[in-house]
Amino acid sequence: MIGFPILSLITFLPVLGMILILFIPKEQPKTVKYLSLAITGVQVVLAIILLANYNYNLAGVFEEKSFQFIEKFTWINITGLTWLGTVKIDYFLGIDGISMPMVLLTAIISFIACISSWTITKSVKGYFALFLLLDTGMMGVFVALDFFLFYIFWEIMLLPMYFLIGIWGGPRKEYAAIKFFIYTLFGSIFILLVMIGLYFSTTETLADGSKILTFNMLAMMNPANSTADGILSILNPNNLRFIAYIALFAGFAIKIPMFPFHTWLPDAHVEAPTPISVILAGVLLKMGTYGILRFNYPIFPEITRDLMWWIGMFGMVNIIYGALVALAQKDFKKLIAYSSVSHMGYVLLGMASLTTTGINGAIFQMFNHGTITAMLFLIVGVIYDRAHTRGLYDFGGLASQMPVYTGFVTVAFFAAIGLPGMSGFISEALVFVGAFGVETTRVLAIISTLGILLGAGYMLWTFQRIFFGPLNEKWAAMTDVDKRELSMLIPLSVIIIFLGVYPSGVLDIMNTSVNTLVNLVVNGL
Amino acid sequence: MLQVGLTHFLVVSAILFSLGVYGIVTRKNAVMVLMGIELVLNAANINFVAFSRFSGFGLGGQMTALFVIVLAAAEAAIALAIVLNIYKQFTNVNIDEIDHLKD
Amino acid sequence: MSESLIINLSVAILFLPLLGFTVVVLLGKRFPKLYLFEVGIISIAFILSLIVMFAKLSYYPNNIVAQFTWITMGSAPSAGSFNIDLGISIDNITVMMLFVVNLISLLVHLFSIEYMHGDKRYTRYFSYLGIFTFSMLGIVLTNNLLMMYIFWELVGLSSYLLIGFWFEKKSAADASKKAFIVNRIGDIGMFIGILILFANYQTFTFDAIYAQIEAGNMPFGDSAWLTAAGILIFLGAVGKSAQFPLHVWLPDAMEGPTPVSALIHAATMVAAGVYLVTRIFVMLTADAMLTIAVVGAFTSFVAATIALTQNDIKKVLAYSTVSQLGYMVMSLGVGAYAFAFFHLVTHAFFKACMFLGSGSVIHAMHHEQDIRNMGGLKKKMPITYYTFLISTLAISGVPLTSGFLSKDGILAGTLAFGKLTGHWLIPLMAFTVAGMTAFYMFRLVLLTFHGEPRDHHKYDHAHESPKLMVAPLVILAALSVFIWYTPNPIAADSGWVLSSWIKTPTQVVPNETRFDFMKPDAAFETNSGQHAESHGTITHSTLYTETMHWAHYKAMFASLAVAGLGILLAFAFYFWKKLNADKLAEKIKPLYNFSLNKWYLDEVYDATAVNGTLNSGKGFSWFDQKIVDGAVNGSAYVTRVVSKISGWFDTYVVDGFVNFTALLSGFVGLLFRKLQTGKVQTYVAFVVFAVIVLLLLFKPF
Repeated sequence: MIGFPILSLITFLPVLGMILILFIPKEQPKTVKYLSLAITGVQVVLAIILLANYNYNLAGVFEEKSFQFIEKFTWINITGLTWLGTVKIDYFLGIDGISMPMVLLTAIISFIACISSWTITKSVKGYFALFLLLDTGMMGVFVALDFFLFYIFWEIMLLPMYFLIGIWGGPRKEYAAIKFFIYTLFGSIFILLVMIGLYFSTTETLADGSKILTFNMLAMMNPANSTADGILSILNPNNLRFIAYIALFAGFAIKIPMFPFHTWLPDAHVEAPTPISVILAGVLLKMGTYGILRFNYPIFPEITRDLMWWIGMFGMVNIIYGALVALAQKDFKKLIAYSSVSHMGYVLLGMASLTTTGINGAIFQMFNHGTITAMLFLIVGVIYDRAHTRGLYDFGGLASQMPVYTGFVTVAFFAAIGLPGMSGFISEALVFVGAFGVETTRVLAIISTLGILLGAGYMLWTFQRIFFGPLNEKWAAMTDVDKRELSMLIPLSVIIIFLGVYPSGVLDIMNTSVNTLVNLVVNGL
Repeated sequence: MLQVGLTHFLVVSAILFSLGVYGIVTRKNAVMVLMGIELVLNAANINFVAFSRFSGFGLGGQMTALFVIVLAAAEAAIALAIVLNIYKQFTNVNIDEIDHLKD
Repeated sequence: MSESLIINLSVAILFLPLLGFTVVVLLGKRFPKLYLFEVGIISIAFILSLIVMFAKLSYYPNNIVAQFTWITMGSAPSAGSFNIDLGISIDNITVMMLFVVNLISLLVHLFSIEYMHGDKRYTRYFSYLGIFTFSMLGIVLTNNLLMMYIFWELVGLSSYLLIGFWFEKKSAADASKKAFIVNRIGDIGMFIGILILFANYQTFTFDAIYAQIEAGNMPFGDSAWLTAAGILIFLGAVGKSAQFPLHVWLPDAMEGPTPVSALIHAATMVAAGVYLVTRIFVMLTADAMLTIAVVGAFTSFVAATIALTQNDIKKVLAYSTVSQLGYMVMSLGVGAYAFAFFHLVTHAFFKACMFLGSGSVIHAMHHEQDIRNMGGLKKKMPITYYTFLISTLAISGVPLTSGFLSKDGILAGTLAFGKLTGHWLIPLMAFTVAGMTAFYMFRLVLLTFHGEPRDHHKYDHAHESPKLMVAPLVILAALSVFIWYTPNPIAADSGWVLSSWIKTPTQVVPNETRFDFMKPDAAFETNSGQHAESHGTITHSTLYTETMHWAHYKAMFASLAVAGLGILLAFAFYFWKKLNADKLAEKIKPLYNFSLNKWYLDEVYDATAVNGTLNSGKGFSWFDQKIVDGAVNGSAYVTRVVSKISGWFDTYVVDGFVNFTALLSGFVGLLFRKLQTGKVQTYVAFVVFAVIVLLLLFKPF
């Protein structure tokens, strides 16, 4: 194990950077940028150290002792309250096979987004300070093992996002920012309610043998910790677990975003600056599905089993609906946003299968969608920086004008289509294998395969409209990608192709945990 | 022979008090009002002394009367000084007309 | 040569073209001469495949298999532990395909050096050829369905890149997109078929799946699912091998450079579908086979009728390709497995020859493709003419050619099938198509090479192509002669290809779901006392063997008759001019237009599927913006209205109450102000008065 609290470091390093940035004079935007780059770079290094020291055989999921890099100490401890007894909240971090890929993804995407932020000119200092705060929030969500702490990180992330869209965004930025903020906050309320409900239904045994209520999410997963009369306790015959499940699911579903809660996404994406779109698509959307896997599945396994068809159904609707709507878009970025909706549907479908293959595929799809869609948004950014338009019909024939760029677009587009040899194929195939293998979701899987077809349809059509045909003379002066853009596109392409050829690189990390999770949900603890 | 008792003193005191109050309420002249106040104070003095003499309270009443006399003198001095100043300001001491604080 | 060496060589053959692609695509811009590297790589791969073929065919009668675990899933709850393996399997069919693919790829590379000369993306073109060859070889070598699907899609990608190579032309860009998407439709079917098998057998490997089926494990416990799986996987072949109703992409794919059409859209990639069906042949139930046979027969018929009237030299060849692919598929459907594969090989050579020949013509005519503007080229381009003629004779089924052998076998197979099962429509279609093929191919030859030149300007500039372009033509034409396959020009069975190299495998599906003729005789099994499979050759009933003998000469003479009739008609129309084609076309105008417009299938698809999807996309987009997002914005609006109302309430009611209280106290104050005279005397009077009142009230005395 590592001798220093690596998870705290990886989580709070950006905040440290933010504080440093606040001391840098406004006249030195370069210093601010390089400092942020260094911070996110160190984060990537830390993530790699984590991976190098990660034990692939430990499951985690519900068992504290098999979580890794645990940091746990009492954070808030108020004793002697008249009717609450002792309120004790732990600072509890740790990772397992489900969060490890997400930590990796967050570090990579933040780093790439930081490079992409180089073009920001408007109040650089504020931008990067908020950017780093956002980074902390994202990382924290994936490493927190205490529900209360999780919720704090969840909310921390919202605020910088609001300003990043609202200040550095496009023409309708205020609308988009407020829509994003309120929508997500609306979801958070559900999560908060369920969190409190679970708090009053779960106890934790202290060292001295006494039992107190707890926010520890691992304790919540074990029915043995339920109180007899808690509102969400499994022992309480009048419990409201079903409603709580739906509420929690809805809270996370908004973030995914799941139909019909998805409309904030296209607006936020279209208005957000490129790096923020990258973060939004690359990391933020994953939190929704991560939350469902982390909370809904192990805490409410019996309801998950009952509702698997519904989850899969929403997945299917996401896939088909997102693809069909994407087909009708005329704005490049909006199209990618809807393709995100479609691709996140695969995650839901895979999760719904409750099989190792399906959930492996789902988490892998989260990772792959993070990298592929990040790349797609970077690609939109490249063209938008040059042409200041994103209309699909405004271009044409760019393939001969920007051959290198076209090469990267080909990689990204075909990865999004799910071409074998790219990472997206493996995850989609695993999702389908998983969902098809279970009777409940079989028909859904069959219908969802239409998404593959539609995906090819809108992607290739877009490709044709922008890159094929005679060159639009307006763009005859357009330059190919520069070194900075290459430094973002190359690593992502390498990751996409590497994982397409060697998927075990990520799959092995989560295998043990996913098997444990599936076992927990299907067979109970 | 008529024994002068507590009752007599109290009656005199009551009369004196009533006269004093009458003076305070009816007189326009500030000096006359002050004199009314003196009467009220002295009525009280009579009561103190009378109760001191006829009831078993010891000399406390007489002591208090002495304090009251001193206070009354001080009060009269200050009040007269104020009245003098008022006179300088308004050239009269009619308290009905001295109502500038009201505004 | 050891087995491991063969494996290693095969892996080398597989990855060499990928190396070529990677190097050329990354460095091609800096070093424009790198296309020679790609050509060199393919040459090496070709030589290796030659070595592998002879080694395998001579010394190893059994399959050589090598596989490794790609993905491990650990021990999954309630599913047990399972892994996903990848691997290669080398049998006779594989090595022959390796040879065919590498040979044609090499010839096309050589041809392209001249043909593509001067193109602005010259090196890029060669790198695409490299990735195509890699993908195609992957399909050939795989021993499992997953890898098959992977390379299947990669072939789709390379086809997309090559069809759209001249992407400045809208038609090329459209065609590449259409090819990919139409193929995807088939691929989805194939994918679901694979899923059915994987869900039941937890493996993608052919042999493991077949072993399970043979052991009697039906998917989901029902042989109907097996039929479904067979037909669904066949759907992949329908897409890639351009079978009806998904054949529409192939003629459009002719927008790509002509050598590409020869390599991909005639000889190799489109044959991948047929190859796939040969791979899954053993798990096809009778119902699945019948479906395949019907699809194949109908496809060949549809394509042949369309080819009759096309005027673009490449379009004619494209439809003839579709038609011939239909033949192969039909052949598999009727159980003539060996002839199907044989036809795949012979067709690959003569069709590649024709396409390259047409490339030579197009090159000479400065990118003129309309045969109505050609004519008389025989004198100008003799080598092209004679090679083209040989392959035309082969495709028409004239004796002494390879096409005669393979086609005859297929026709005999359909005839036997008709006799055994009573499905006479299939042989009927097959023979009709044979006649039509001969007709339209000779129409093409006569219009292009014979008669008077119709466009003198272009004719005058025409010239024979350079050596590098005619050499492949000569090689391919030579390979269209019977001698390479059998010493006896009328009996393919006696040749080495069919007698020892290609054998129909024994089916593994339960007996009750097979055609009767696909069962080895029960008598044979009991008599010999051992399982038929160990003999390898006994896969059909004896009745089938007899019927094939019965059909052999009948089919041969019938096919000769119809082919001769077709050729005769072509000469009558276009050489002797005894009959007038235009007048005939005028007479049967509706039929003519129906054929010329390709059965109006593109129009039907555009109107239904394409526009349907686009419109539903628009509809959903509207729904998304107006209804779903409308609901969100609506709730925001409602919230704002409610907040306005509550704001009004707050201002006027809640705050109004507060202000009223203040007002009231003000009013009360106003009243009491009257009492507040500011005069101490008044107050004292009040006090006295109050004291008196109190005294009177409480009467303390």
